[in-house]
Amino acid sequence: MISLYLQDCTYFTRKEILRLFYRYRDLAPQLVPLDYTNHPDVKLPYELIGSMPELKDNPFRQRIAEVFSEDGEGNMTLDDFLDMFSVLSEMAPRDLKAYYAFKIYDFNNDDFICKSDLEKTLNKLTRNELTEDEVRMVCEKVIDEADLDNDGRLSLEDFQHMIVRAPEFLR
Amino acid sequence: MPRDSLITSESDIDVGLELAGDEDEFSSHPEEHERERHRGKRREGDREKKKRGHGKRRKASRSREREEEVQARPDKRERERRRRAKSDRETGGRQRDEEGKAKIKSGKVAKTKKNITNEKTKKQEEEEESEDRNAKGKKKHGSAKKEEKQEDGGRHREKEKTKEVKKKKHKKVVETSSEQETSEQEDNGEEDNEEKEVRPESLTPEELERLKEAVDDRKKLIQVLRGKPWPMKKKLVTLRESQQFVEKYEGALGKGKGRKLYVYKVMMTKKWMKFQRDFENFRTACIPWEMKIKEIESHFGSSVASYFIFLRWMYGINMILFGLTFGLVMVPEALMGRPYGSIPRKTVPRAEEASAMDFAVLWDFGGYAQYSVLFYGYYNNQRAIGWLKFRMPLSYFLVGVGTVAYSYMVVIRTMARNANESGVGDDNSFNFSWKVFTSWDYLIGNPETADNKFASITTSFKEAILEEQESCKDDNIHLTRFLRVLANFLVLCCLAGSGYLIYFVVRRSQKFALDGLENHTWWERNEVNMVMSLLGMFCPMLFDVISALENYHPRVALQWQLGRIFALFLGNLYTFIIALMDEINLKREEENIVKFNITTWEASFYNGTVSENSTGLPFTVQPADVPRGPCWETMVGQEFVRLIISDTMTTYITLLIGDFLRAVFVRFLNHCWCWDLEAGFPSYSEFDVSGNVLGLIFNQGMIWMGAFYAPCLPALNVLRLHVSMYLQCWAVMCCNVPQERVFKASGSNNFYMAMLLVILFLSTLPAIYTIVTIPPSFDCGPFSGKKRMFDVIQETLESDFPAWFSKVFSYASNPGLVLPFILLMILAIYYLQSTSKSYKEANVELKKKLQTQNEENKKKNKRAALKAQMDLEEARKAAEQQQNNKASLQDQEADVEENHGSSQSLSHGKNGRNPPPHVRDQELPATRAPVPRTYHHGNHGTPGHLPGFPRQSEHRMYRVPSLQRH
Repeated sequence: MISLYLQDCTYFTRKEILRLFYRYRDLAPQLVPLDYTNHPDVKLPYELIGSMPELKDNPFRQRIAEVFSEDGEGNMTLDDFLDMFSVLSEMAPRDLKAYYAFKIYDFNNDDFICKSDLEKTLNKLTRNELTEDEVRMVCEKVIDEADLDNDGRLSLEDFQHMIVRAPEFLR
Repeated sequence: MPRDSLITSESDIDVGLELAGDEDEFSSHPEEHERERHRGKRREGDREKKKRGHGKRRKASRSREREEEVQARPDKRERERRRRAKSDRETGGRQRDEEGKAKIKSGKVAKTKKNITNEKTKKQEEEEESEDRNAKGKKKHGSAKKEEKQEDGGRHREKEKTKEVKKKKHKKVVETSSEQETSEQEDNGEEDNEEKEVRPESLTPEELERLKEAVDDRKKLIQVLRGKPWPMKKKLVTLRESQQFVEKYEGALGKGKGRKLYVYKVMMTKKWMKFQRDFENFRTACIPWEMKIKEIESHFGSSVASYFIFLRWMYGINMILFGLTFGLVMVPEALMGRPYGSIPRKTVPRAEEASAMDFAVLWDFGGYAQYSVLFYGYYNNQRAIGWLKFRMPLSYFLVGVGTVAYSYMVVIRTMARNANESGVGDDNSFNFSWKVFTSWDYLIGNPETADNKFASITTSFKEAILEEQESCKDDNIHLTRFLRVLANFLVLCCLAGSGYLIYFVVRRSQKFALDGLENHTWWERNEVNMVMSLLGMFCPMLFDVISALENYHPRVALQWQLGRIFALFLGNLYTFIIALMDEINLKREEENIVKFNITTWEASFYNGTVSENSTGLPFTVQPADVPRGPCWETMVGQEFVRLIISDTMTTYITLLIGDFLRAVFVRFLNHCWCWDLEAGFPSYSEFDVSGNVLGLIFNQGMIWMGAFYAPCLPALNVLRLHVSMYLQCWAVMCCNVPQERVFKASGSNNFYMAMLLVILFLSTLPAIYTIVTIPPSFDCGPFSGKKRMFDVIQETLESDFPAWFSKVFSYASNPGLVLPFILLMILAIYYLQSTSKSYKEANVELKKKLQTQNEENKKKNKRAALKAQMDLEEARKAAEQQQNNKASLQDQEADVEENHGSSQSLSHGKNGRNPPPHVRDQELPATRAPVPRTYHHGNHGTPGHLPGFPRQSEHRMYRVPSLQRH
């Protein structure tokens, strides 16, 4: 029943939604009821979400969970969970992905990717193996390349303009 | 307002808009009830009243509130009226509550209910009537009716009411198109408003249009909803709302008599949509190996997975090729053609009969396998076979052409789609940004792969930084150039060597074949295939070693590697084909001799038996004894089948030895070995994407080449791909390690496709050449007895189609028409090419323009920022003059300056010494009131605005410090 609505809201088929639901439930069988007809208010803490194999090795897992969770702290309801996988799935269009990618890289939630965000991104990507000078240089380069309105940080438009041209972005 | 008193749970029945599968989903939607309600109001009365429940009503009232939001109309008058209606409704609601209680409590509800509804209807009538009155002054008529009604009993009253409503409607319809009218309709308050919208007859065309638009908007919204970057809750709410809206007003869009049809149409579209969705579900469920591939993807990154996706795609294509050949050639021949042993070409010759069932012979596709539907030679040249009059030769020819055409179509279409998807990239202006934001492969779900990925990202950053810092090193470049030239030279040597080796081997094997295969060892018989497979196995390794000299980026290196292996395979294949051509010529000479022999044999036969039987061949001759030609087509088919089999075998054996045994060895001997096997020399193998892809592509090429002469080839290939899917999935998961330099493969997909296209072209070339130029064997195959294979078309045209058709065809095919047509096509291609070229140029131009504009923008922004700063400075000075207590300000200023300076160090450069006034302003609101205004004025007065972002950016520039502060 529910999946019928969710099919309109996500890029999944009914079977996939059910599969995701079981995945969700398997994370904490004692917390999540099998019966979702009454929309129980269940949230799984970030520790559980982040331990999924899909996210476990992702350097941005915490950000992803935070962006998609409703409370902004990584605790997810089933809806959030489905939403996350819908956006990350292959079927989601570039624009949508770009939007959420922007949110993920925007660590301090100020709607701009500024230098500190970039530094964090870089350090997560390379596990702090670049020296400070290198990090700074890369950040400057990035802003120099992608900042169209020259305000020293990347807005969503800048980001989209840059990212949709990337040959590797779709995957 | 008896709206709720008329809600019915049964009302679902009389509409039938619901989908069968989703009753509980939809029937719980309030809006449906609302819609039903109106109809119910008109049609059914008491019976339903008994059945209404509390909950439904509550839902309905909730939904009513929602609808209020939904259908906000700009009209002021209307709003006023609605307010009035609201108050009405409130009283109605109270009544409803009472009513509900009464219903629940009392057992003999009917009467009270009737009373209540009576009252309600009365009220409603009154209201409506009064409005009528206001508008048209038909008071008497209305009041008379009212009286009538009051006198009537419950059921009668209901009927009356419906009648009356209809009458009213009629009236309105008569008087339509007056503005007064519509407003009057709307002022009946919310409920009546709804009612009216469900009554399409009472709507003006304009309103209908508007409603239609609204409904369409909603529908569109539902369709694009999944692409909206909203949180799930909002999506769900919007979805429900708009679904309700659509459900409710869709019914209102039908007009008068066409209404039923409209409802039917809506119902059908819904059913259709549901079917489509189910079909989509079904289709995704049908995609095979999805989970396997996903698992591999998460373990090894997308490049390895791309191989398996490619393999699956190939499998699909081969399935279709197999369906064509199997369904249209092999099965009809097996079912309807002459049985085995009936004619010479369908029997094993006497000399081979003894060994025809031996496994070794069958494994070589000789003996019984050779004289079966698997090969070209078995087919008879009978024009139509079986009770279906199946045109076997024609079908054979068309299937051969069709497989090639289909393959071309699929490959080119896929290429075009890929090009569309990734056609934008390719400029280097965002090098670092892309590295930062897109280098992580979000599909990785394996710690080891993740480690490798981290390492590779780090090195790629370091490389990029190095490149950036010292863009070119002179001394290094010569060395690398030399090394690259050397590497290419070595590769060329390898290629030439392998080509010669194959040629040599093929020549030798021909000699062996002339001597007779029985005198030679297994190796000598299978030399060609083995040598080709071994070359295909070891040369890529050699190339790998050589390419280490070149020091390319892994993706570039991969492409070079692919190109080289491609050249190697291609060379091998073509040497093979040339050798085959030689063999074909030999066979044809043999055939001529045999032909001559046969005539003499027949003549001698006739001479011996002429006294007994003078007509035709004698019946005593067994088909196995008839001498026959060497049927070169079957030979070609056999060669290809053997090649495929040996290729498959080597692939599997390499997999087992090179990957599995190696992994077992490394894993279990590690603890009793003198060095660390896992980290040291043999280690585990990586999955070789490029080699495997190329193997697949060449395999396919051979299929395309040989499928005409051996209809069993697609079937064999399907089998092979199926097995290798499972085998390789298993092997990659159990004995391979993730690549050290994991990189994504999405970019190189079209590269594979391009190779496939080239191979397709190159492999169809010899096939077409043989079909067109070499006459078919005289005593085997569906085209025997014809001069050329394509004569079958001519024959069909002449005998199966009416005369005029062949006439038209002959006219159409005469050079006077064909040549201009070809010319026209060339012209069209030229035109399209040149337009696409000009588009490309325009694209480049636009890109350049964009870049220059960006730079200009930057400059202008800088100027604007400077100017704004100067203005600010002035404003600050003015403010300072006004300010008396400087002491308290100074530390604040210092504070602010720091903030400000750090946030806009890039745009303002060294000029960060001005405190943003409105920050101070917020801290000292009373004294600083005028300052921000002057600053704003100054800001708007700056001349350097460009359309687009500058203004915005300036605002942002000044807003940030305050944001950071608070």
